[in-house]
Amino acid sequence: MADPNLSATPPQTLSTVPSKPSFWNDPQKRALVFQILLVIGIGLLLWFIFSNTLHNLDKRGIKTGFDFLDRPAGFGITQTLIPYTEASTFGRTFLVGLLNTLLVAGLGIIFATMLGFSVGVARLSKNWLISRIALVFIETIRNIPPLLQILFWYRAILPLLPGPKDSISLAELFYLHKRGLTLPSPLFEPAFIWTFWAFIAALVLAFIIGRWAKARREKTGEQFPVLWTAVGVIIGVPLITFFLTGSPLNWDVPALSGFNFRGGLTVIPELTALLLALSIYTAAFIAEIVRSGIQSVSKGQSEAAASLGLRPNRTLQLVVIPQAMRVIIPQLTSQYLNLTKNTSLGVAIGYPDLVNVFAGTTLNQTGQAVEIIFMTMLVYLAISLTISMFMNWYNKRMALVER
Amino acid sequence: METATQTKPEIAVSLRDVNKWYGEFHVLKNVNLDVERGQRIVICGPSGSGKSTMIRCINRLEEHQAGQIIVDGIELNNDLKNIDQIRREVGMVFQHFNLFPHLTVLENCCLAPMWVRKIPRKEAEATAMEYLERVKIPHQAKKFPGQLSGGQQQRVAIARSLCMKPRIMLFDEPTSALDPEMIKEVLDTMIELAESGMTMLCVTHEMGFAKTVADSVIFMDAGQIIEMNTPDEFFNHPQHERSKLFLSQILGH
Repeated sequence: MADPNLSATPPQTLSTVPSKPSFWNDPQKRALVFQILLVIGIGLLLWFIFSNTLHNLDKRGIKTGFDFLDRPAGFGITQTLIPYTEASTFGRTFLVGLLNTLLVAGLGIIFATMLGFSVGVARLSKNWLISRIALVFIETIRNIPPLLQILFWYRAILPLLPGPKDSISLAELFYLHKRGLTLPSPLFEPAFIWTFWAFIAALVLAFIIGRWAKARREKTGEQFPVLWTAVGVIIGVPLITFFLTGSPLNWDVPALSGFNFRGGLTVIPELTALLLALSIYTAAFIAEIVRSGIQSVSKGQSEAAASLGLRPNRTLQLVVIPQAMRVIIPQLTSQYLNLTKNTSLGVAIGYPDLVNVFAGTTLNQTGQAVEIIFMTMLVYLAISLTISMFMNWYNKRMALVER
Repeated sequence: METATQTKPEIAVSLRDVNKWYGEFHVLKNVNLDVERGQRIVICGPSGSGKSTMIRCINRLEEHQAGQIIVDGIELNNDLKNIDQIRREVGMVFQHFNLFPHLTVLENCCLAPMWVRKIPRKEAEATAMEYLERVKIPHQAKKFPGQLSGGQQQRVAIARSLCMKPRIMLFDEPTSALDPEMIKEVLDTMIELAESGMTMLCVTHEMGFAKTVADSVIFMDAGQIIEMNTPDEFFNHPQHERSKLFLSQILGH
């Protein structure tokens, strides 16, 4: 059987040093050359764009720089989360727009996640009707362009609401009408700070209870109702503090005077429409992501857990969700990014977000197109990168180890 | 307890006229079976004959629709408490191992003892290491399932089941997904377990294993138990045409 020619040692005539390929056939050197060429090319392109812009701006006599940010804006904004008047600066309009964008993005991510996870789980329901409803919801919503959905809510649904005088009222506290949703606004007294600190303390306490319960479970095997205790502490401690300090919170209850409301806080219909449209649109995608994530965990996993005596809810908590999350998170990240970027569609209905206020009105008034567009793009880039950095960190924690 | 089982054999698993349908398809037809404590049963038969379904009914991974199943003296019905109790006493090993890929070997073994039996982590880990020792892979305890070979994964799966200290073990084609050279290591583990006196029901086509350890061999076809006999009788003098044909097919090559 043993053939001397097939033995492992190479024949003596071959050199032990591998022969060198010619310069152009060496993959490493080729890659290096192409990379150098690419860097030179991109550099030239950037230089061309930059010098060309400067030249054109100069020719038209447009002054570059960021001095305009200190000049008074002179226009009003329909929704401001921080104090703002027409006398405020253009720099202030940037902040107002940015906060309005972050408001929609933040609330949108929360609502879309809640709705999306619910619909995704409903999609997997054994109940035929529930899973069909979820399916129809997903297929309808995600196949209609988001801009159209924003217009649908703003132009078709919200105008159907009655005017302020005949608003739909809930307990004389909340009023839903054409011009928005009016609700009581809180008036904090100085002593309210104690309730706030009590809340922070309760969070810390709940965290400590969680750690203690885990340590005790591992040591003695006894389980502790951590979730309910934590909920009780987080609600109870601030509530007791609130009453002990003499209920230092009043409500500015809206009241109808003439054709409009006095007092309270009115959520503008642009915000409602944008938030509804984006949350629902993104939720449809998140629902599909959640469904596919849970389905990606093989049935064998839950069977193995069941055969070991784990109850279905524990199986979900300890076996299915940890595995589904690693499929869900990367896709969820991109949906969060999409939602954040889609807030700029609010321009179509006049929601005062960053693009509308700063890259719209402010740009028109100052003409500083390059600076303003550049700043706006940087902001979206920064928000998006922050979200993806956080999600990547989370994803790394959940990743599977293989080989 | 021990002497009692020797004088009067206790029934570990009992199936009475068990029937099951998948829609129109009649998977189990009037299955009757008594397994005594400490008995080792091998179940064989062509694919689709209902052998996996039968043992999956024993720990309620599948629900039977008619008849009675009594495991360890507890009747298997819709009572969740009974199901919980039975699943604690019945371990199962699957064809595709079904280890939890996001947990280490050790965590795989400790999960159920800690959450179901409420055993402290230290104690659960000590037990787990004991069983990993028994299946001869204690040094892999900190690794993840994805880092192990198929044979090693299956041995971990056996150890994971044993950590719950079950009184009955079910094996659902435990070697069918393994490369030939890994089958032996898993079978050796199973033989050792059989010798320790565990009640075992194994669906397998490993006839060597059946001859070595089985007290009786069950042959199933089309949802029915066709023949039940000692391995000697079954392999040398099969009673039914169907068993003869099956044996000639699997032993013929």
